[in-house]
Amino acid sequence: MPEVVVDESQDWPRDLRDPATREAACARLHALLLRAARFEIARRDVPHGERDDLALQAADDALVAILAKLDTFRGASRFTTWAYKFALLEAAVKARRRAWQRREITIDDEAWGRIAVRGGDQLETRELLAAIAAAVPRCLTEHQRRVLTALALDGVPVDVLAERLGTTRGALYKTLHDARRRLRAELEKEGLLP
Amino acid sequence: MSELLNSLLGPGEPEITCEQCFELLDEYVELEVRGGDPDGQIPGMRAHLSGCPACHEDHESLLAYVSLRER
Repeated sequence: MPEVVVDESQDWPRDLRDPATREAACARLHALLLRAARFEIARRDVPHGERDDLALQAADDALVAILAKLDTFRGASRFTTWAYKFALLEAAVKARRRAWQRREITIDDEAWGRIAVRGGDQLETRELLAAIAAAVPRCLTEHQRRVLTALALDGVPVDVLAERLGTTRGALYKTLHDARRRLRAELEKEGLLP
Repeated sequence: MSELLNSLLGPGEPEITCEQCFELLDEYVELEVRGGDPDGQIPGMRAHLSGCPACHEDHESLLAYVSLRER
């Protein structure tokens, strides 16, 4: 028999605000967030001994974030779907930061000289990569070059780099976006992109 | 386009920001799960998910988790 889906999207914000029901609602929500955080941590390369602690921290932080942003819930989705994204995000960020905690992030400019080799057998890809490598020092600011190198070339997760540089994920992505736009414009000028 | 080229050049079409992506992610995923028109209703999301690896992972996780819960 199919499960009956009960949409409690109106009840949750009310119960979380009402002093009479707030504590019980927070406990109920925390249990859901913990389950979502455990799901996310289990998908990632986190040692078993650290999983419970990381998931609990993620659920705690997600609950704090949700209570702070309760007024922004517009009802465009179920409340639980809206809430899960906070738990999954917190868990993913913690797992990514944990994976990089002992890794130094170095910006290797010489890597640009080697990227054409990473184009494999396709001549067109190798030509594009070589043109990008040549355009980077010419078209990008120092900050754009560093961000592009770390994020796009070295695969540093954006929230890990944001933490190291004391900025936000959104600000770094904006820098990456602007750098990409400049490179695309340059390649279009050279007739390498349509 | 190769994965490296996509990382370096991005989607090359209008995309929303990381903040907008997080704000709209739950709505987008529910439209996907329920067979709606997520890309028609939230333009710029698909392009952002192809250009931003972190948001791409967040989307994959929420989609997987909501799909699991709906089963």
